[in-house]
Amino acid sequence: MGTISLKNISKSFGSTQVLNNLNVDIQDGEFLTLVGPSGCGKSTLLRIIAGLEQQTSGDVLIDNKNVNKIRASERDLAMVFQSYALYPHLTVRRNLETPLRLRDYNAFERLPLIGNFSPNKKSKTESINQLVNKTSETLQISELLDRKPGQLSGGQRQRVALGRAMVREPVAFLMDEPLSNLDAALRVHMRSELSELHNSLKTTFVYVTHDQAEALTMSSRMAVMIDGNLLQLDTPQEVYDNPSSLSVAQFVGSPKINIFNGSSDSSGTVNFLNVNLKRKSSESNSDLHIGIRPEHLEITNDKDENTFGGTVAYRENLGSDIYFHVNIEDNSKKIIVRGLPQFTHQITNGSSVNIKRDSNKALLFNQTGMRIHFNNAMG
Amino acid sequence: MEAKQYIGEGWKHAILIIGAIVVLLPFYMMVSMSLKSQQEIQSISGGLIGAQETQTFPVCVKTGYSEEECTMKPYKYNYWFAFEKAPIPRYLMNGVIVTLSIFIIQVLVALPCAYALAKLRFYGREFVFSMVLFCLLIPVHGIALPLYVMLAQAGLVDTYSALILPWTISVFGIFLMRQFFMTVPDELIDAARMDGMGEYAIVWKVMLPTAIPALLAFAIFSVVAHWNDYFWPRMVITGNRDLFTPPLGIREFRGGIDSDEFGPMMASIVTVTVPLIVAFIIAQKRFIEGITLTGMK
Repeated sequence: MGTISLKNISKSFGSTQVLNNLNVDIQDGEFLTLVGPSGCGKSTLLRIIAGLEQQTSGDVLIDNKNVNKIRASERDLAMVFQSYALYPHLTVRRNLETPLRLRDYNAFERLPLIGNFSPNKKSKTESINQLVNKTSETLQISELLDRKPGQLSGGQRQRVALGRAMVREPVAFLMDEPLSNLDAALRVHMRSELSELHNSLKTTFVYVTHDQAEALTMSSRMAVMIDGNLLQLDTPQEVYDNPSSLSVAQFVGSPKINIFNGSSDSSGTVNFLNVNLKRKSSESNSDLHIGIRPEHLEITNDKDENTFGGTVAYRENLGSDIYFHVNIEDNSKKIIVRGLPQFTHQITNGSSVNIKRDSNKALLFNQTGMRIHFNNAMG
Repeated sequence: MEAKQYIGEGWKHAILIIGAIVVLLPFYMMVSMSLKSQQEIQSISGGLIGAQETQTFPVCVKTGYSEEECTMKPYKYNYWFAFEKAPIPRYLMNGVIVTLSIFIIQVLVALPCAYALAKLRFYGREFVFSMVLFCLLIPVHGIALPLYVMLAQAGLVDTYSALILPWTISVFGIFLMRQFFMTVPDELIDAARMDGMGEYAIVWKVMLPTAIPALLAFAIFSVVAHWNDYFWPRMVITGNRDLFTPPLGIREFRGGIDSDEFGPMMASIVTVTVPLIVAFIIAQKRFIEGITLTGMK
């Protein structure tokens, strides 16, 4: 089992409120990502779950047991850190053994030399060795066991750090930006490895990242946190398609969602630039933000009442996609439009273009950034 | 490389060589005098090792040895007589006992203290640290007298404790180790806590091994300072020759019934200095690492 419940968790450092009354229920075997910009409190929340930090108020429950007063080491959680935090003076094998030695040996057995006289030590050592060997085979680090962390590459250290977490077979893994120190290619590779590992272990993962791509690719559910508040907790697809607020919409998705200023009239018809949306807003007579993701905009040759014009300021070629940063009329902000290379190769910086939107994809937000729904799903 | 560059490099080396000579000359004199006879020393002749003529040494005879026993080559006489006149091995052993005890207790105190100051959050930490810095500014000689009075009141004058106790808390050690611990990532400590270590286990099993280079640097500072210390042992060891440390021992050769005899005196100084030089050479590489505090990333 590995359920973790956070109830009304608040945390402040002095007068600074870092976490604001958070409630999260993490299910057994789930891959839950805490994602948010730096400084949003996600690492603090993870450290509170781990027991490395004490919450100002609220309860942490692991397997329905209140662990507020239980020390980090006795919560049966394992943590993987961004800098790996391997013991630099110990070999990989000893690094993997350390958590087991501390858990399985009693104080007498840990003593050097005389500890060996304890009758139970031999069988305990054997079971530790077995666990270490099993873990290192799973992670393919068996040939590294006699090296010191200083002699390993970043990816290898990452595996060892994972191994040190795995040997204990904890109820849940806590990971604090474990891939941030890797280079881009290795990071993408490790994403899939972590997902596979999660599938085979079937243990709860709580994963902290500032990289929304990691959250979208790996998690079964993601919790978007901004400024110490939990804004949305849902599956990655749902968070992407149906953000609960403007901040979530802007944080999730790369490149960023385009935001247009617009308004709705008394009938609820939404207008921005020279375009009217067919769907009617549930909030009439108000100023609105209209969000449209870059892939829902398209560069077109035709000009009609559903398109608007602009000038390409910058052409960003990613190979599979090209993103155009476009200056549009009466808007100081640039908007980003996705184009497919085969249709848009002739468009260069400075070209005038018409932009068309896909219907049914716009998202509405009011002035305070809350999501507004359409009255019906037509048009 | 062109000739011009050679000349440029040559100047640098010439200056460095002159500097090295200035520094090494006293040591050269020390070694040379420990090998030569009294006449050669006083007439400044004989080069490095002198003529090494077998002769009878009058001071030795005056001390009560037979003429036969006092007839030998100067280098042999100097070292032999140094060891005859003063129990140098005893002094060396005292030096080892005192410096090692001081160093070990200093580490036992400084490491947990430095760890707390660097890594634990507690009320008044900044104040405690500023007191550590403040204590760095207090000269030893300023508090020598009160210390002596306190030790005397406790009846500890003329004991090993008097030599060791006042030095067991090294604010310099606390400061040095605290600065080093600041560079150790917090995550390493958190990882140790997750693995189930208590705070003391973290100090001895995680922080100590990562701090070996800094600790070696501190060891050299500490050991050299207390091995060579003359001031404090002179104050608290008033009569008991069995407790003399090496610097006090050297003093035995000054003056006395036979006026100054430099050969055996220098021989004893060489004997006292060599252990430190050997220790430094062994630890040299680590020592330099420690000074620059680049032990870990």
